[in-house]
Amino acid sequence: MATLATPPALTRADFEPVIGLEVHVQLLTATKIFCSCANQFGSAPNSNVCPVCLGMPGSLPVLNRKAVEFAALAAMALNCRVNETSIFARKNYFYPDLPKGYQISQYDKPLAEHGWIDVACSPNNATGGDANGTKRIGITRLHMEEDAGKSLHDGFADSASKTAIDLNRTGTPLVEIVSEPDLRSGDEAYEYLTRLREIILYTGVSDGNMEEGSLRCDANVSVRPRGQEKLGTKAEIKNVNSFRFVREAIAYEIERQIELILGGGTVVQETRLYNSAEGRTYSMRSKEQAHDYRYFPEPDLLPLVVDTKWQAEIRSRLPELPEARRARMVAEYGITEQDAGVLTASRTLADQFESAAKAAKNPKRVANLVQGELMGRLKAAGLEIEQSPVSMAGVAMSADLVEEGKISGKQLKELYDICFAGVAQSENGARGEDFAAVYEREKPQQLSDSVAIEKIVDEVITASPKQVEQYRAGKTTMMAYFVGQVMKATKGQANPAMVNEVVGRKLG
Amino acid sequence: MKIDEKAVQYVAGLANLELTSDEQSRMVRDLNSILAYVDRLSELNTDGVEPMAQVSARYGVDETCEGSERFDYASRTDEPRGLRESLSHEAALANAPQSDGSYFLVPKVIEK
Repeated sequence: MATLATPPALTRADFEPVIGLEVHVQLLTATKIFCSCANQFGSAPNSNVCPVCLGMPGSLPVLNRKAVEFAALAAMALNCRVNETSIFARKNYFYPDLPKGYQISQYDKPLAEHGWIDVACSPNNATGGDANGTKRIGITRLHMEEDAGKSLHDGFADSASKTAIDLNRTGTPLVEIVSEPDLRSGDEAYEYLTRLREIILYTGVSDGNMEEGSLRCDANVSVRPRGQEKLGTKAEIKNVNSFRFVREAIAYEIERQIELILGGGTVVQETRLYNSAEGRTYSMRSKEQAHDYRYFPEPDLLPLVVDTKWQAEIRSRLPELPEARRARMVAEYGITEQDAGVLTASRTLADQFESAAKAAKNPKRVANLVQGELMGRLKAAGLEIEQSPVSMAGVAMSADLVEEGKISGKQLKELYDICFAGVAQSENGARGEDFAAVYEREKPQQLSDSVAIEKIVDEVITASPKQVEQYRAGKTTMMAYFVGQVMKATKGQANPAMVNEVVGRKLG
Repeated sequence: MKIDEKAVQYVAGLANLELTSDEQSRMVRDLNSILAYVDRLSELNTDGVEPMAQVSARYGVDETCEGSERFDYASRTDEPRGLRESLSHEAALANAPQSDGSYFLVPKVIEK
């Protein structure tokens, strides 16, 4: 009789996590998506509301054209295909922050589909990274919808029995960006979100501010035995308010699910909340009730038609995106990829850098100064480049002064040190000084008096007969020795170009 | 499609409505009669007819227009007060069953 072999017990390493992200992005239009109320954060409660966003009977939505264009621009930046016709649909659910009883969204015909973002990973890794260390994360769809209002459960006198509702946010235009379940770890999710936010910021359609809720993220997390195609049961982690917490929440949730299964349990489909103080997720313990949104086409809005010509109009407004910009800047200014990454962290910064570089006499020198003098000091002071005391205009000015021989490299370093001195002295508050102010005050004198320089050069040559002999015997590298001695004698203040010229002439 | 008590309870639950048993039976009756009326449409042969959710979808388009202009008739520009002023804070809250002068107040809800 044949005996049945028991399959070996699964271990932790036999499981593969599968993660998909849903990101909501508020669009920076002046007005709401379906009415002319101001789309503004921080107004007095219930002051930007009208019959449409209050859901009063008989009111009708009228679509904001700018919201369509912003959504389509975001879609194009994310490599999505924009559908010529898309349909608004009602998502029905009953909750006080949504007075109509339904959210206008898009369902079976979204505005855009089939996009992707390339994220960085280690080359040829186990989760699909290619030889160049990138992994392509699919974007299933990008659709338009309206935001709901805000429920405040705590902090009021009668919070024990009442919930306070502010409907200013109701009707804020949103895009929801749904990824394919291509992500395999919290780290990959973090990378994806960072790239996504960066791209969105470059397009200018949102400020991406997570504290103010302009960008919100939900994560669907499941695990399955490696090799199995069918997805495991997922848990949805909602409204985590920073990318770092998303990463942590996902890592925790993966471990929790694997532990659960290894212990003989099963994962239940549910919504969980992340408690960042404790570093764990909790079941929301809401009533076990499957959502049934009963979607149907919104009868109050026409199908949205963005035809080829309109798509071309929108596409013409697409800026150079971060990835392309980094590659170009590496090629154009000869900076490292890492520094290009820092300089393109925001579109404003990259613009500032490039305009400074282009205005300067030698763009590469600006890049070199940023790389050689600015980055290290920022790092030492614990500052982001946006907080730098030396502006990009300041860097360009210093580059020109060196280029024109008005200050030496050593003097430049000293001036930068002065710019940063204020920063180092104070924990908070002091921001240091920009280069222009420091230069005007210090005005380091450069010795450009040819008679004086010649005199010093003569002294150096007289004092170094051995070196002169070596030089005349053909060891031309000794040149640097003489220049160095002259700079030393003048405390770095001699004009290097003149010193070079004089030394060369006198020795030659 | 036939509506029974269970379907009525399910839909009422989704809408947070509590129905008495009298109301429930009436809803079963009313909904079935509405559905029976609408069912008559199924007698028509609609093979090859594209589904149409909005009657006006086929009207109003200026076929000579292209690009963003083509959709002008069904959308608005992004201008504050372009269509209608927002309500005053007082007017917005005027019909609220309960408010504290700033917020609408509703019976305590928990996030779901």
